[in-house]
Amino acid sequence: MKTILYISQDTTAVAVGADRVATAFVQAALNAELPYTLVRNGSRGAFGFEPLVEIEINGRGRMAFGSVSVADVTSLVTAIADGEYEHHPNYLGSVDDIDWLVNQTRITFKRCGEGDPTDLATYCALGGYRGLERALTLSPQAIVDEVKDSGLRGRGGAAFPTGIKWQTVLDAQGEQKYIVCNADEGDSGTFADRLLMEADPYQLIEGMTISGLAVGATKGFIYLRSEYPRAQKMLERAIDVAMAEGYLGADLCGSGQQFDLEVRMGAGSYICGEETALLNSLEGKRGVVRAKPPLPAIEGLFGKPTVVNNVLTLASVSSILADGGAEYARHGVDRSKGTMPLQLAGNIKNGGLIEVPFGISLDKVINEWGGGTRSGRPVRAVQVGGPLGAYLSSDQLDVPLTYEALAELGGMLGHGGIVVFDDTVDMAKQAHFAMDFCAKESCGKCTPCRIGAVRGREVLERVVDSTASSNDLILLRDLCETMEQASLCAMGGLTPLPVKSAMDNFPEDFGVTDNQYEVAV
Amino acid sequence: MSERSLSVTAMKASLEKIVEQTAAKHATSQGGLLPCLHEIQAELGYIPNDYLESIASAFSLSTAEVHGVVSFYHDFRTSPSAQQSIQICCAEACQASGSRELEAGIAGVLGVEFDETHPTDNYRLERVYCLGNCACGPSVRINNDVYGRVDLATLPQLVSEAVQS
Repeated sequence: MKTILYISQDTTAVAVGADRVATAFVQAALNAELPYTLVRNGSRGAFGFEPLVEIEINGRGRMAFGSVSVADVTSLVTAIADGEYEHHPNYLGSVDDIDWLVNQTRITFKRCGEGDPTDLATYCALGGYRGLERALTLSPQAIVDEVKDSGLRGRGGAAFPTGIKWQTVLDAQGEQKYIVCNADEGDSGTFADRLLMEADPYQLIEGMTISGLAVGATKGFIYLRSEYPRAQKMLERAIDVAMAEGYLGADLCGSGQQFDLEVRMGAGSYICGEETALLNSLEGKRGVVRAKPPLPAIEGLFGKPTVVNNVLTLASVSSILADGGAEYARHGVDRSKGTMPLQLAGNIKNGGLIEVPFGISLDKVINEWGGGTRSGRPVRAVQVGGPLGAYLSSDQLDVPLTYEALAELGGMLGHGGIVVFDDTVDMAKQAHFAMDFCAKESCGKCTPCRIGAVRGREVLERVVDSTASSNDLILLRDLCETMEQASLCAMGGLTPLPVKSAMDNFPEDFGVTDNQYEVAV
Repeated sequence: MSERSLSVTAMKASLEKIVEQTAAKHATSQGGLLPCLHEIQAELGYIPNDYLESIASAFSLSTAEVHGVVSFYHDFRTSPSAQQSIQICCAEACQASGSRELEAGIAGVLGVEFDETHPTDNYRLERVYCLGNCACGPSVRINNDVYGRVDLATLPQLVSEAVQS
């Protein structure tokens, strides 16, 4: 009997005990004289089920066991040895039958959790590097056209059409161009980039290589936040292997084309997730935002034409090139093409990564996938799109998740983060936190953000302390408008979004009734 | 010169050598200042102000410019710190799952305030904003390990297991 055990090495899996479970398995299997192979795979993102243990016996599909603790391990090993595992209390069934996973449309995350993340043979066996092989046969313009056909828009939050950005860089004159991957995933409630880098790092490497071929760049940087040491280890190992196997370096797959790649670590600054601050940081400077124009596509890293894209955007390109842009564009609705990796987080029973076509309702995600709040209390507020996204109230949950529908509600889909709060949340405190965070993390370059956030925090301190007057709320509105209109980048420009949506949707938490509020405005 | 001051002089010379060698190594790579600062901090535990000038000269920058970079980023320290750290995630997703309670009660449970070093155990308590473990918060990082679904009841046990006294 040949038994393969899969236990994830993902940050979240380990945070809830996967390493301890793996150690216990090794000992228990030894005691039970069970022959086995242990694979530390990436996570499938079903974090509600982690630590998730999968077993494969004699090559017959994978069986899953959810929320396994060290205390469950001995009985689980006995059950496996006796072939009686289907009756074990942690048994979830075949991996292919778990609704939470099966009901998704996995394109970008299809390989995550399948095997050892840095094993190149596994990556290639699961369809990896088909995109690059095809790209090597195409002209740069044909690659860019394929990306345009896919309708792919930047997954980092701004949703700018990727093909158009690449076209600008392709058309820009310059001997040296760069590909920069924005892996500074600082938004609370988002972890899709981290999950992908830890579970399927080659996909990002492949996407960046294709991007290099498309625009004529021979050098790429992955700017990774320092809070992600596991992703760093995984990426660096994968880059070494890809280099040794000819998938990176001076002669890509024997084509004579070149692409080199390096991981650079951030240093704990939130604003460096903003693309121009990121470029300054990569250049070894303070992470201060640059005025645009010039666009980074024209004058980016070290003043050269540069593609700056998010992890998921670049990773998506590998399957777009492998299967064609039209195939990708089959999914989604309107101008929101393809799939969106949603990240369900906060007070939620079954949180995790849910890759679905655009257009699914927020309610369905929270209740069908998420199973409601972890506390069991009613949902009161949901913040969609990260810390700079709007707080929606429980009667807005029927909104379809597309860029356009969220924008219509005055919010944004952003990077696809969904943070659920139950009815114990104090929305004035959430609004206060938004301003406080902006004040702490502002790069200081423009006045509306640097000063506005501090003044906003002061006003909201009074609201939280119940010493605010209605004039304070008028002042807060005014500050928000100034920040929105006059800030240099999205941080100052969008911090008012959570603040204003909290005031609009939860006026009772700001010490005013609807009527008073009308008068105040 | 006493033996003690001799050893202090020798130690300073060796620190300076580490800084100079690290700076020289990174000065030739594009945008090498951040990797250089990361490496110096990993070696020495902090980036001593006394050596900013020698880092600056390796990179052909002014000392003020290097100071500007060091002071901009939360990760960099210019004075020695406790060897270990406990970081509590205080961002939105963790707030939604109970980090506000953790934040409010932690001093009572651990006997240390935020941004201070524990009086007997060699760790510093800090806030952090997002560890990417948002589906299983509240998240706490002890040294390099992240823990999920932590609350005031489970934290003391966790700390006593993970912190080396």
